[in-house]
Amino acid sequence: MSGYTNLYSRVQIHTTEPYPGVPLGRGNWTRDGKGWMSSLLGRIGDAQIGPFYLGTTGLASLICGFIAFEIIGLNMWASVGWSPGQFLRQLPWLALEPPPPSYGLRIPPLAEGGWWLMAGGFLTASVILWWIRMYRRAVELQVGTHVAWAFASAIWLFLVLGFIRPVLMGSWAEAVPFGIFPHLDWTAAFSLRYGNLFYNPFHALSIAFLYGSVLLFAMHAGTILAVTRYGGDREVEQIVDRGTASERAALFWRWTMGFNATMESIHRWAWWFAVLTTLTGGIGILLTGTVVDNWYLWAVKHHVAPAYPHVFPPVTDPASLPASAP
Amino acid sequence: MSRNNTLIALGMTAALVLLAGCEKPRPITVQRGFRGTGMELLYNKPRLDALYEQNQLPEVQSPASPDGPRAGEVYQNVQVLKDLSAGEFARVMLAITQWVAPADQSCNYCHQGEMSSDTLYTKVVARRMLQMTRDINTNWKAHVGATGVTCYTCHHGQQVPAQAWFIDPGPPPVKGFVADRGGKNIPAAIVGSSSLPWDPLTPFLLEANDIREQGTVPLAGSNRHSIKQTEWTYGLMMYMSNSLGVNCTYCHNTRAFGDWNSSPPTRVTAWYGIRMSRALNNTYMLPLTATFPADQRGPTGDVGKVGCGTCHRGVYKPLFGHSMLPDYPELAGPRAAPAVETPAVPTGMPAADAPASGMTPTSDPAASPAMAGKPL
Repeated sequence: MSGYTNLYSRVQIHTTEPYPGVPLGRGNWTRDGKGWMSSLLGRIGDAQIGPFYLGTTGLASLICGFIAFEIIGLNMWASVGWSPGQFLRQLPWLALEPPPPSYGLRIPPLAEGGWWLMAGGFLTASVILWWIRMYRRAVELQVGTHVAWAFASAIWLFLVLGFIRPVLMGSWAEAVPFGIFPHLDWTAAFSLRYGNLFYNPFHALSIAFLYGSVLLFAMHAGTILAVTRYGGDREVEQIVDRGTASERAALFWRWTMGFNATMESIHRWAWWFAVLTTLTGGIGILLTGTVVDNWYLWAVKHHVAPAYPHVFPPVTDPASLPASAP
Repeated sequence: MSRNNTLIALGMTAALVLLAGCEKPRPITVQRGFRGTGMELLYNKPRLDALYEQNQLPEVQSPASPDGPRAGEVYQNVQVLKDLSAGEFARVMLAITQWVAPADQSCNYCHQGEMSSDTLYTKVVARRMLQMTRDINTNWKAHVGATGVTCYTCHHGQQVPAQAWFIDPGPPPVKGFVADRGGKNIPAAIVGSSSLPWDPLTPFLLEANDIREQGTVPLAGSNRHSIKQTEWTYGLMMYMSNSLGVNCTYCHNTRAFGDWNSSPPTRVTAWYGIRMSRALNNTYMLPLTATFPADQRGPTGDVGKVGCGTCHRGVYKPLFGHSMLPDYPELAGPRAAPAVETPAVPTGMPAADAPASGMTPTSDPAASPAMAGKPL
């Protein structure tokens, strides 16, 4: 019988008493509960669930997030006359819209974007509080703050889209609506309005890093899974004490493409690719409308957009002709 | 092993569910621009076949002599077609009956008792529509070309054209301080079931709001159009695309939607089409609002209006480009009238039919394999 038998995927560690974690320093809350074991989750990760650490910022973040979620959800529900059936049916189309352009950066009435501004404020507070919590937990455990800074890169893009760019443009209306299809239609309209985001070099960089992240993820995960039979999944030990798993993984890449990352450096590759995706993306969005109005024309000006032979007979804008109809 | 089979079965079912949204059969792709630039038209053969069936021409009325006394002399209260011979006049009346009136009502649909009487609203509307048809064929050649239109182009045997449009007030607004939808965010068929504005026609085909959102210079500073405005233009373009059964590349080079320099000439035709719809709605339809009975009007009491779909009915050219004017020259314009200036066709501007001849053979949808062997 064929089957993938490997220590890495089959063994679950179930203890009689869940491990409570290291003692917490002064100024911390206690952890909630004692934790428990889950065989199901043990199949895809650690079998021990909890105990959780909530903390001041965690609690505040959840409250702010809940308020934002409720403002968005209840406004959507009210917009279909509180019908549960219609709410479910139309949910992908429903949205909480930012104010109309006429309000600029003023505070609009609740019905005309006030709710949107409030939801955005609470959501931003929630996200930033969660970032502080993440940073503090890392410090408490005396580990690096890499995860928090990677999260900060995503928050940068979020803030550019919903706050920084609208403020620079002088209009809340420039921001993204909260809604499933509406935010996608907004994205398409954004590219249409600003002359094709395809020609925005920071957009291109962001896509390169996004696809690069996926490629690196597949290469790294594939490599480690391939050498787990030699203990390759113990990556940290392999960094300080390189064993046959590490050697074979390195040889594999040197044979196939002449170069190999190391057990340590591959994680820097992955971190930077992920962080640069949203960092460059945010720069690209920030420049759109504030500095560049038409990315296609910008690309023509800087000889980025190629010129193709004309297939159609010459066309003139009819609005530019004096005799044209209104 | 059996568990693996279950997993495979589940995976296959999931894949089928995901693929259910894909189009069957595969669309036919017709190259339209320079190779490798994605300038392609997409056609679905069964849909095209169905459209072809729906857009067959009606039987032509047997010809009438142009000689003899004029209709204006023979009949009373003839205001538009008075320059026709009495025989031609009767023939056009028969044709209109065939194109517009319900089979069980025939002449009685517009005429009650004395033929010259204007008591029925349908007769008043029909007279105005005849004037409109002649106006289109005379003054809007930039859009309709030499092909022109007849009553049948829009009516197709129906009293009310199937794709006339009304102002759409949308779902009832929610009172109080609940967030406003901003005219969008419901599943609206007119914009391809996207969340774009549900009435993209009123601002552009009735009112003359700005359609262009893209700037004409690279850097910011001179263009204050918002993304929200762009969504309305986007909605109008979705409607046009659906009305003509074409994708964006029929009129635009999609790498630069606003750039006229690299646009197909069809975009010029469409530009005049938008102006034509707007002019017809304001000149002919709006003044007829009170003429129509309440049950013929829209949810806000407005009159039925003209849009791209009203004539095109899902086809890139109404009736697949077939002209009915050679059989009904009476509708092309006033006979023997002094030469009317046609300001809608500026010098050097290709008329609507010109782009087709300027296209490469492969770029004409008529040359697509789906339409091969069918007379157009």
